[in-house]
Amino acid sequence: MIDTPQRPAPAANLNRVQLTRDAYKGAATTLCAGCGHNAITNHIVRAFWEYGVEPHKLAKMSGIGCSSKAPTYFVSQSHGFNGVHGRMPSLSTGAKLANRELMVVGVSGDGDTASIGLGQYAHLIRRNLNMVYICENNGVYGLTKGQFSATADIGSVQKGGKPNEFETIDVCGMAIELGASFVARSFSGDSKQVVPLLKAALSHGGTAILDIISPCVTFNDHAGSTKSYAYVKEHDIELQDLDFIPYFENIEVDYPEGTSTEVTLHDGSHLRLRKIAPDAHDPTDRIAAMTLIHEARQKGEFVTGLLYINPDMKDLCERENLPQRPLRDFAEADLRPSREQFDALMRDYVG
Amino acid sequence: MLAVQERPASQLKPVVNNFTFQAATINGTGSQSSNLVITRALFAMGIPVAPKNVFPSNIEGLPTWFNIRISPEGYQCLAGAADVLLALNPATWQRDVLGVRSGGAVIHEANYPVAGPTKRDDISYYAVPFHKLGRDNIDNADLRKYLSNMIYVGSVAWALEIPLDEIEGALRQQFKRKPSAVELNMTSVRLGWDYCVEHYTKTDPFRVRPMSGRVEGKMLLEGNQALALGVLMGGCTVAAWYPITPSSSVCEYLETFANRYRVDPKTGEKRMAIIQAEDELAAVGIAVGAGWAGARAMTSTSGPGISLMAEFTGLAYFAEIPLVICDVQRMGPSTGLPTRTAQGDISFAHTLSHGDTKHPLLLPATVEEAYEFGQAAFDLAERLQGPVFVMSDLDLGMNLWMSDPFKYPETPYDRGKVLTAEDLERLKGDWGRYRDVDGDGIPFRTLPGTNHPAAAYFTRGTGHDEDARYSELPEVWERVLERIGKKYETARDLVPPAIVEDHGHDVAILAYGTSHHAVVEARDAMAARGLETDYIRVRALPFTEDALRFVRSHKRVYVVDQNRDRQLFSILRLELKPEEDHLISVRHFDGTPISAVAVMGPILVAEGKASADEFTQAPPVPVVTAGIE
Repeated sequence: MIDTPQRPAPAANLNRVQLTRDAYKGAATTLCAGCGHNAITNHIVRAFWEYGVEPHKLAKMSGIGCSSKAPTYFVSQSHGFNGVHGRMPSLSTGAKLANRELMVVGVSGDGDTASIGLGQYAHLIRRNLNMVYICENNGVYGLTKGQFSATADIGSVQKGGKPNEFETIDVCGMAIELGASFVARSFSGDSKQVVPLLKAALSHGGTAILDIISPCVTFNDHAGSTKSYAYVKEHDIELQDLDFIPYFENIEVDYPEGTSTEVTLHDGSHLRLRKIAPDAHDPTDRIAAMTLIHEARQKGEFVTGLLYINPDMKDLCERENLPQRPLRDFAEADLRPSREQFDALMRDYVG
Repeated sequence: MLAVQERPASQLKPVVNNFTFQAATINGTGSQSSNLVITRALFAMGIPVAPKNVFPSNIEGLPTWFNIRISPEGYQCLAGAADVLLALNPATWQRDVLGVRSGGAVIHEANYPVAGPTKRDDISYYAVPFHKLGRDNIDNADLRKYLSNMIYVGSVAWALEIPLDEIEGALRQQFKRKPSAVELNMTSVRLGWDYCVEHYTKTDPFRVRPMSGRVEGKMLLEGNQALALGVLMGGCTVAAWYPITPSSSVCEYLETFANRYRVDPKTGEKRMAIIQAEDELAAVGIAVGAGWAGARAMTSTSGPGISLMAEFTGLAYFAEIPLVICDVQRMGPSTGLPTRTAQGDISFAHTLSHGDTKHPLLLPATVEEAYEFGQAAFDLAERLQGPVFVMSDLDLGMNLWMSDPFKYPETPYDRGKVLTAEDLERLKGDWGRYRDVDGDGIPFRTLPGTNHPAAAYFTRGTGHDEDARYSELPEVWERVLERIGKKYETARDLVPPAIVEDHGHDVAILAYGTSHHAVVEARDAMAARGLETDYIRVRALPFTEDALRFVRSHKRVYVVDQNRDRQLFSILRLELKPEEDHLISVRHFDGTPISAVAVMGPILVAEGKASADEFTQAPPVPVVTAGIE
């Protein structure tokens, strides 16, 4: 007779790694009531729970600012690193190189991303580090009380009435230009869109950029602002309805012919994009994605959904030809040349 | 340049293996290979050499000087002035000729005017039509520029009496991978040699002869090469850098070593990531991120890069993350003299970043120490959980130095206080990231990826308590900062100890880094003039107790700094009570490698063993930049 181990039937509230949704929560938020960032935190909790992220494998990275406080508000059983302003990408790069088994998720704001850390953002994308980069984008510096950021739209008005005179930096447009392999935009209030995008980002094998418009209730939610709740809701043009089909679940859904397309993600999961408009955007078409972003900006609209994806691009660890085993685990015998090799090298340097 | 001794031209007593040869050429003309051939030939004859390349921040067209110090004692520092000059740069012709020590010799392009100030009656001239010889005899237009330089190798070999087969041997070593090039180069070498044999009789006294007992078994390599090898042997797995002179070759050599020794022959996988970052901010950020995640990580840079790394260094200090920064110092402030040497970053690196910070610095003086400290830095950084600097300089990093072969490391890595999942289980999860359990100021850490529910903690540069929770409480802040400060005291017993020569003399010299080589020669010269000195070579900050005891026990301690502001002198002074402070500063900061004269001049004068006149600087000679062709 063969003993089969007795496993309790999974309770309805446990995910595939046997954790409840509460296990994905963090400390209580210290952000303002109604802050878009808090909504994003809730989406992260839900998405990570549903995806079955293993907390000990998650590394939560952030820069400085309101958004960068967020990593303390989710998955308290994961290591987190609130670094310096605009430098989350380099910290993430180092962490991932040291241990490529880590699932690296960075949360930064528009100050981090489009101003002080613009260089690091650009080069993170060029390297295609396998990580999720969430930009909680509200167009203002909240912690320093309401100065414009570089993602504020031209003509958008500050709380005191001063209009922004300078051209906006579109972090999605820039990401595509720089060769990003996954670029999506969404709105903090749209859980139906943010949650599947987050899961798809986790499944992606490179830098996944998620620009989430996240209104600042205290400094940028007034009339004349183009990042207020009212304005964003009014001007949000959704590209697709999204269904995330994880690799670990066997879900068969029939969709009527011609109404949807499907993207196979790096980890074997699928993202199904259901058409909303008849001439649907092809997210594998880089030029089309750039055109879409430029046109939307001209019209003062936000296009949200999956803007661009190339699931096959090599990530940094692959390009560096790193072993799967974390570099940090190698010991003397793996890292030092042998005594014979060393002596031969010494002889090379002698006369 | 300072004239230490005068040698009249008439005194033709041969001077064997004890002089300085200088090649004055134009950057970008390929003269470096020729200079290395001469260096290697001398080395192969058993003669101790100390090559110093003084070069401009330029790819092509500006003046460059290559000095080879030759001495039977094996002195490794610059001697000051040239005895034998090879002049191949019309722009510096006048200054170069006037810089030759009395009694010396000049081998020069035949069309340079020997007239007016350049016509000296105390030196010998050997004019060689290098350009014409090249034009008339080298058919291969592609190689003419390069091969023309080999003509001067022949003339120099004739003048110094280096046998041609030694030159050929050096060429064979230079062209290990391309033996067919040797004969082609030798043809040019013979042109220069034969011309001199035909036209001149040697009238200067400087020559070389084979010798033994000094260089046998010794290696010749650059400090950056040695440092890179140390970093490799030290188990570094993540390195990030941004190109900057004079440190670029550290990571370039590291890449070469990693490709040779870290690639799994079966899979092709490489056990090291070397990232050329977008700037020094990102380079140090990558190293901090990797150190946080548990890898041995480093970045290498020079002064301007150190300035950019200040912010992250403060984070690594306060969040207590192992970090190794290799600083190959160059002359600052600002862009300064990017290709000239200095010890100018000592006080800046020591307290790099805002707020209260204090970091250990390792101060290598030799290529062997560059290799050893390249390894030790990782043990220290992981043990102390914070930034550790290896403070090399351009002189050490980019010049060739003689050294005994390095020792294969016998000790395992010290990975510091890291709690594993098993440790946490044993502790029943009761631990705090910033608790001082052992009383040495060093807390325990866990690495991301540790599979235990109690493993995680939140890392931040903001105020935090012993359990890594955010805190702005005044008493918490003060307690945590005080505890981190304790690690600096702990480091005194962990850093490489000073090397002391204490014979109970009243007068002592304290030096660090590359000043060592000038001090060695200066002490010999001073002893010959009746001034015996004790010597302490400090190899790290913080000062070890031994070092402080040495300083307290001497009547006068001359502290040698290669910077204007007496940086190490000032740091040392802070550790002494006023009544213990018998320090006198000796400085050198003109960008050139320090010479023995720069050390002994001020000391002999202060000790009443020489008059100030003896060491007065000769008036500078202006560089003529146009008008001669």
